[in-house]
Amino acid sequence: MSKSLDFEEPVVKLREKIEELKEIAKSAEVDMSTEINTLETRLQQLETKIYTNMEPWDRVQVARHAQRPTTMDYIKEIFTDFIELHGDRAFGDDEAIIGGIASFEGQPITIIGHQRGKTTKENIRRNFGMPHPEGYRKALRLMKQAEKFKRPIICFIDTKGAYPGKAAEERGQSEAIAKNLFEMAGLKVPVISVVIGEGGSGGALALGVANKIYMLENSTYSVISPEGAASILWKDATLAKQAAEAMKITAFDLKDMGIIDGIVIEVAGGAHRDVQAQALELKKCINNALEELHALSETQLIDNRYDKFRKIGEFIEETN
Amino acid sequence: MAIRSLLSINKKKQKGVIVDRNKENSFPADLMAKCPECKKIYLTKELENNLKVCPQCDYHYKMTAFERVSILLDEGTFESFDENLRTSNPLKFPSYLEKIEIDSHKTGLNEAVLTGMGSIKGTQVVVAIMDSHFRMGSMGSVVGEKITRAIEKATEYELPFIIFTASGGARMQEGVISLMQMAKTSVALKRHSDHGLLFISIMTHPTTGGVSASFASLGDLNIAEPQALIGFAGRRVIEQTVREKLPDDFQTAEFLLAHGQLDAIFHRKEMRDKLATIVKLHAKGGVSNV
Repeated sequence: MSKSLDFEEPVVKLREKIEELKEIAKSAEVDMSTEINTLETRLQQLETKIYTNMEPWDRVQVARHAQRPTTMDYIKEIFTDFIELHGDRAFGDDEAIIGGIASFEGQPITIIGHQRGKTTKENIRRNFGMPHPEGYRKALRLMKQAEKFKRPIICFIDTKGAYPGKAAEERGQSEAIAKNLFEMAGLKVPVISVVIGEGGSGGALALGVANKIYMLENSTYSVISPEGAASILWKDATLAKQAAEAMKITAFDLKDMGIIDGIVIEVAGGAHRDVQAQALELKKCINNALEELHALSETQLIDNRYDKFRKIGEFIEETN
Repeated sequence: MAIRSLLSINKKKQKGVIVDRNKENSFPADLMAKCPECKKIYLTKELENNLKVCPQCDYHYKMTAFERVSILLDEGTFESFDENLRTSNPLKFPSYLEKIEIDSHKTGLNEAVLTGMGSIKGTQVVVAIMDSHFRMGSMGSVVGEKITRAIEKATEYELPFIIFTASGGARMQEGVISLMQMAKTSVALKRHSDHGLLFISIMTHPTTGGVSASFASLGDLNIAEPQALIGFAGRRVIEQTVREKLPDDFQTAEFLLAHGQLDAIFHRKEMRDKLATIVKLHAKGGVSNV
């Protein structure tokens, strides 16, 4: 069992108590089934109450959970014949982004996603899922390759942001992200992006200029981390919880604002509790989106993407 | 990240401000100025006659959007677009609109970018000029919308699009909506480019965060003013991450040029001439038609 988060503490405690009771009943050979049943009913009620009333900050915790399924986990569950393709052909291979070709329900597809690690060792190798420019350039190379062979593109977004480092600046982090936004706009194949964990700023958006954008229920998508926002707004990073609310970063917020197309419901307690079940839910979503997009011509796909982003923005237009 | 860099820029900026009249031992703000680089003191008039470039060390002062129009375009040709757009407060941040109001009053702009059409040595162009005196030139919905509309007009009229960037990045008070302006402006630029049209980006001090990671870096030609600060992440954030001292020239225009990230650096005095030449060389049908 993975480590529990603060907000779900009551559920975890109750579940432990029930297990304890069952053990006692077994060893002492007394019938405690009525008591156990009562507690199990209460557990169910408590779970429903806690997991359906999650605060934005609770969702941030789930999105950052060390055991939360990553791009690679979903690739294993959803696609077959996956072959990873490496490198940007110019500088190196950034393991903070992975990509490759695979089969989805019998059709060839290109998959690209941020990849963080689950252990410290893996996280160091993958730079905690924070890409350098060569990561974005690899992504773009694979997108252009997909376009040539008329394969749809699926992007999984899961990053705190593009890496803020010296080498990243020297090699043009800004240009690499900008170029992806620009080139994705013109792709002649269907593009679907799903935020599976944290969608941090420009580093996330660089895989996000898609025809359809979805978010897992407990993922976040934002211009800056709650901690960063708090330290700027109130000069106090410990107010991240409040910032998570004020900045409107949950899947539900983005759906309300009309930025994303849909929310992929998560298994109770978060995707990490049942990867298979979560992958199935995600697979259904991708399948529906692809079916819808297959009806569109190349020009319609490009126009659809244009219109989608063109309309984002809130302002007042005064009549003169 | 964009916003953090904005903070560090603010600190730097204070050095560059023309000396406050009320402070002790200072010079009258409207008469004298002191160069933040070489500390030379000269008359404000002298500075303005020199396009706000220090006559001694070439330090390029920040300019307002209107000042840029006057030194870039042919006199009397500029026609401003979309002055009727107003910022709203989508995330309901306290006192956000008041801050906008103050900066609007201060700069005479409706938002942090001035867009419009005019001519450079007789050639029609669409321009967007960001003004860092307005909320550090940060990009919210109105900035994104004005720039996108300007690009769309350039596409419609088949004109070159020229932007002068000056921005700390995304406008935090508009959250993820401001992030999405990066995508909005970029898709519009893609369409402009697909029509075979020219886009020149001139990065001025400072160009960072979400603005540098979208339209500022997407020019057919990416140009900068001397010594301009240009980068994705803020210096302080990087220093904290990598735990090493960064070189003094880190993220300057000269640093970017040396690392292959820019086409050229143009001194402000030669900007108009060079841009006119570039526009001429990209005239439809090639140079022979000009």
